[in-house]
Amino acid sequence: MAEAAVPALHDEQHHEQSFGQKYLWSTDHKMIAMQYLFTGMLMALVGGFMAYAFRMQLAFPGMDVPFYGIVSASEYNALVTNHGTIMIFWVAMPVLLAAFGNFLIPLMIGCDDMVFPKVNRLSYQIFLLSAVVILGSLFVEGGGFAGAWTAYPPLSAKAEYSQTPLGSSLWLVAVALEFVAFLLGGINFITTTMNSRAPGMKFYDIPMVVWMIVIASVLFLVSVGPLIAGAMMLFMDQNVGTAFYDPDRGGDPILWQHLFWFFGHPEVYVVMLPAVGITADVICVFARKKLFAYKTVLYTAFGTGVLSFTVWAHHQFIAGIDPRMAHIFTVTTLLISIPIAEMIFVYIATLYGGSIRLTTPMLWALAFIAEFLIGGVTGIFLGASGADIYLHDTYFVLAHFHYMFYPIAIIGTFAGIAHWFPKMFGRMMNETLGKIHFWLTVIPFNVIFIPLFILGLAGQHRRIYDYTNFPELAIQPLQDLRVLATVALLVMLGAQLIFLYNFFSSMFKGKKAGKNPWNATTLEWTTESPPPHGNWAELPTVYRGPYEYGNPDREDDYWPQNEPV
Amino acid sequence: MSATPIATGRSTSGIPTGRLAVWWVIASEIVIFGGLLISYIMHRLAHGNWAEQAAHTSTWVGAFNTLVLLSSSLSAVLGHKAADAGDGKKAAKMLYITAFGALTFVCVKAAEWTFEISHGYTITSSTFWSFYYTAAGLHALHVIAGAIIMLIVAQAAKRNQHLNRVELIGLYWHFVDLVWIFLFPLLYIAK
Repeated sequence: MAEAAVPALHDEQHHEQSFGQKYLWSTDHKMIAMQYLFTGMLMALVGGFMAYAFRMQLAFPGMDVPFYGIVSASEYNALVTNHGTIMIFWVAMPVLLAAFGNFLIPLMIGCDDMVFPKVNRLSYQIFLLSAVVILGSLFVEGGGFAGAWTAYPPLSAKAEYSQTPLGSSLWLVAVALEFVAFLLGGINFITTTMNSRAPGMKFYDIPMVVWMIVIASVLFLVSVGPLIAGAMMLFMDQNVGTAFYDPDRGGDPILWQHLFWFFGHPEVYVVMLPAVGITADVICVFARKKLFAYKTVLYTAFGTGVLSFTVWAHHQFIAGIDPRMAHIFTVTTLLISIPIAEMIFVYIATLYGGSIRLTTPMLWALAFIAEFLIGGVTGIFLGASGADIYLHDTYFVLAHFHYMFYPIAIIGTFAGIAHWFPKMFGRMMNETLGKIHFWLTVIPFNVIFIPLFILGLAGQHRRIYDYTNFPELAIQPLQDLRVLATVALLVMLGAQLIFLYNFFSSMFKGKKAGKNPWNATTLEWTTESPPPHGNWAELPTVYRGPYEYGNPDREDDYWPQNEPV
Repeated sequence: MSATPIATGRSTSGIPTGRLAVWWVIASEIVIFGGLLISYIMHRLAHGNWAEQAAHTSTWVGAFNTLVLLSSSLSAVLGHKAADAGDGKKAAKMLYITAFGALTFVCVKAAEWTFEISHGYTITSSTFWSFYYTAAGLHALHVIAGAIIMLIVAQAAKRNQHLNRVELIGLYWHFVDLVWIFLFPLLYIAK
């Protein structure tokens, strides 16, 4: 990115920029995308390190963990809490939504920037502040927040329960700041896509990944409000002495669960849809085939969005809600698996009869479909209230959750990075290293979480520091599974060094990519790599849909969106 | 540092970009207040005895503030009309009148709260009072923020700059007004 080619158009305003102006104070959507991407990658290392520390404690209780030390019980709670919080709010959201949204939306719809570049910059700055606050909260007196990432009161509301008076409040402040950052960013994404598309680009000419990011932004915007109100109430319970969630004084702790999950469940789709969109774009390029049933995918995404607001109480089946209510939420939860299954079928239909090229991004995209399928199917067990009464709060839930979020936040992200890296930095990533990294990430992922499904079915409940005190769970076969999962985690974390090496060495030494290394049709591939300030010397016009591959009347097997007939 | 991007000037949907964005801001605010008020309503329905607490709020003070806010929306509309006609000076004057309404509202609120707190009805007295101060406080913050933005917009409008923003702050002001229309019956009239 350092030696970005500069077009004559913006030359005079560009070459005088200082380091700070260019990298820290930029309003350029591509630079803001990079800021989000690198912050997200850094936070992923923090979150991964936390997983390493607490998994070591579970496999080898009481061990002096290398690079960490002995994990105390309260530290264990803080580690799992912040691992969850950081991985969702500071890794999945900034990378999938903000980094890809910022980078791809203007480039894929053919305009020069976001409609509000300064708001965009502000969004990143607030996000950065939130990251500083959450990292800082780990080092205050009492340690980081230890009341689980869902922050249920009274554990989160009363310092005498959580033992982390400052950590709890800072955690809440950090999450609130992060929400503000994503509201600002989301409004920018939605408005830009609604108003600044290239001439000729109609609704059905928008690439699927842009659609998905925009729908995700709308879902986030509509679902987060009640939680903002709820967070404000929790903050006052912590610091002012109100009793919104305190049943002794007229409040109701279940209220928080409703407000949290009213946001929390759509949030799953907020991060899922961008990954689904990335997958759609990647498989079309590398199957050299038009997306099967574009409109169906789009309407399915709308349907998923609407339904996602009606399923939240499936997180509360054992929280004391009315069993008749639980039936209703069972039905809606099982309903929402239909659109998701439909998307998977559509992707398989897209692959059918294509000329498939197993490049690194394509491997990631295929892995997304396969692994996500397992996550979806195990969700059906949990969505049925009868089965959930047994499985609730066991490692089965945890494994199911990770079979959803790992494909989304890690596999989907790697698909996106591998696919758009040439556009971001103008150079190709090493394919061999990419494939080694792929297999060493995906195989250990399954070896980590399949044992956790088994442990969950065996009755291992979550958020326990040390299972040696539970005779029925401390038996050797179960402990072997815990060790297996931890060893697989170590392999997987080690494999990320290959990625980091590949990423940074390719950034400077990779093969030059040229404008369109994958022979793709969407607009971002029609400009230089990396795109200059302003993206195009002359902004493009659109003549056709985004996935015109293999047209029999043409010599090339792809037909760029901006090429007149 | 850089000029306004071409993207900002485009209007594929036919709605000006600024207006579109303000509507999305309002949408995000509706769900924030929506979540808070639905929480309050559910609690209220479950606790009939909150009416005893609510009896201590002053309907007349609330009604006066409702009148002030509604009137200030009128001047915001007149400001928008003037801005459409290209009369920046008059638009600015109308915005100043609106901001004065906001100031009146906040002053009345401050006096009302001082009175209530001095009589022992504080935010921790009961969950009703917690909701009362939280909801009205969040709304008051919106009034203050809206008034500050309004003064900034008026400064520019006086010099006939950014006249389209007069409409945008007006839209936001109507929203703030509308929230109060929900708060007033829920916190003051229902007894």
